[in-house]
Amino acid sequence: MAKRIDVSGLSAFYGSHKAIDDISMTVEPRSVTAFIGPSGCGKSTFLRTLNRMHEVTPGGRVEGKVLLDDENLYASGVDPVAVRRTVGMVFQRPNPFPTMSIFDNVAAGLRLNGDVKKKSELNDVVEKSLKGANLWNEVKDRLNKPGSGLSGGQQQRLCIARAIAVEPQVLLMDEPCSALDPISTLAIEDLIGELKERFTIVIVTHNMQQAARVSDRTAFFNLAAVGEPGKLVEIDETERIFSNPSVQDTEDYISGRFG
Amino acid sequence: MDTSAIPQNPPPAAPAAPSEVSGKAVRPGDRIFLGLSRGSGIALLVIMAAIAAFLTYRSVLAIQGDKANFFTTFEWDPSGAEPKFGIAVLAFGTVVSSIIAMIIAVPVAVGIALFISHYAPRKLAAPLGYVIDLLAAVPSIIYGLWGALFLVPHLTGLYSWLDSYLGWTGIFSYSQGAARSLFTVGILLAIMILPIVTSVSREVFLQVPKMHEEAALALGATRWEVIRMSVLPFGRSGIISASMLGLGRALGETMAVATVLSPSFLIGLSLLDPGGGTFAQNIASKFSEADTFGQDALIASGLVLFVITLLVNGAARLIIARRKEYSGANA
Ligand SMILES: Nc1ncnc2c1ncn2[C@@H]1O[C@H](COP(=O)(O)OP(=O)(O)O)[C@@H](O)[C@H]1O
Ligand SMILES: [Mg+2]
Repeated sequence: MAKRIDVSGLSAFYGSHKAIDDISMTVEPRSVTAFIGPSGCGKSTFLRTLNRMHEVTPGGRVEGKVLLDDENLYASGVDPVAVRRTVGMVFQRPNPFPTMSIFDNVAAGLRLNGDVKKKSELNDVVEKSLKGANLWNEVKDRLNKPGSGLSGGQQQRLCIARAIAVEPQVLLMDEPCSALDPISTLAIEDLIGELKERFTIVIVTHNMQQAARVSDRTAFFNLAAVGEPGKLVEIDETERIFSNPSVQDTEDYISGRFG
Repeated sequence: MDTSAIPQNPPPAAPAAPSEVSGKAVRPGDRIFLGLSRGSGIALLVIMAAIAAFLTYRSVLAIQGDKANFFTTFEWDPSGAEPKFGIAVLAFGTVVSSIIAMIIAVPVAVGIALFISHYAPRKLAAPLGYVIDLLAAVPSIIYGLWGALFLVPHLTGLYSWLDSYLGWTGIFSYSQGAARSLFTVGILLAIMILPIVTSVSREVFLQVPKMHEEAALALGATRWEVIRMSVLPFGRSGIISASMLGLGRALGETMAVATVLSPSFLIGLSLLDPGGGTFAQNIASKFSEADTFGQDALIASGLVLFVITLLVNGAARLIIARRKEYSGANA
């Protein structure tokens, strides 16, 4: 169910611009790892290299290795489509399919995976996923209504339900709460705490309290100057990063001295 | 993090005059613009009403003078001692040739538009887009000449082949002769409306928000699945609008049809055999030689074409509105 991620020597480019440089880290299974750092330091770019979404951007290119358990996602012959079925993603702005009902949104990934299940099985998976995303009680009476009619926080949980419905190994979240109000944010944070029992979770956040609340480990990224590639400064237990980081830059960032 | 960096809001500037705040004072520029836009709006409505009144008046004269049923008669003889004319053949020809055109053009146009927007490498996509836009600007008489000189002689082979396999249906039976038939008109109209339908569809497909496409990609969708899940649903109303634009052109096309069709006032079951007619073609070929009452008759037929176009557009709007709840517009 949940796999370890091993990144080594990873750089990513937009055309000739190097956005992140030589990143190596390990992400433990069944844990939450938070990425923090000033904006533009390449957190989103790095996150998107973990499910091969980076190369979707025109000019997007990656060097280095990402091992999922022992399999290199960037080995030749690996199908990016298959990678994305294993490594799910939740985006900054909730993006349910606007033309689909709530039910169809959650079922979308299952229908893609080819093994179109019987209606009853599909019903079960949709219910289980919506429960897993703490959304079931709010939407069970209107599964056939469009997903775009929900509130922002509900839409984001719908997107989480859609992502976990296909039982990925890893769940990537790029600032999933930045477009949400505090109550919806809390709901998602609670949910992350529950989901980490089943998935390996990586979350980008610009909110340091959030990183401290939800994550087991925290990685701090930084960039030397605008236009320079972003680098991983350090990754450690969240408690250590927030109490006694080993790099001065981390402490400066966390204590609000820059960024 | 550092809130002191946020610039303090400057104190609101004192209003120059209280009347400006209450919105009662109107600047001269605003007044002139308001007058201009209101004036031209009213003028437009008046002109349109006048045109409509004129056309309706002459149509009523024509229909009153018609000694046969205006809607069901297979004949166009408004100048005889007993004026007899009806639009049955024209309505049939117009609708059938336009339907054929739509059936051929819309899927092809959507396919080309998807290719340009989502498959072709950038270096190819831009020039292809230009070529399509250029084709949309070719005058219809050019298409008509090309149709008559190239398409008509080259379609006889296809029609004979269709006849030998599908001739038993009646619709595709073909008794030799020049291919100056409604089906040829449909093919030519399809070619003519292809650029505009492609061009508008491509525009719409390019506007699909990145986030919707990425939603599908991140679930492990292939390129075609992204198109099915995100692009086509988002572009649905755009495709319908593009098709309506094309259909409008097909319904009203005059020169190209007049150049290609060999008209007759009969409705045959076969679409491949020469004959038939359309509203626009009939008006174009008869108007200059018609007497006043003959002109009235043609105007009446034009009014029917106008009503058909309105109905088609209304239907399209209904289709778009019915699923508005699910459209990408409120995402
Ligand atoms: N689509 C893109 N095309 C070109 N450059 C990009 C694109 N997206 C991001 N970048 C650049 O990559 C760098 C890292 O951006 P990003 O990963 O979005 O940072 P973060 O998520 O940490 O704010 C920035 O310098 C940004 O300008
Ligand atoms: Mg980002």
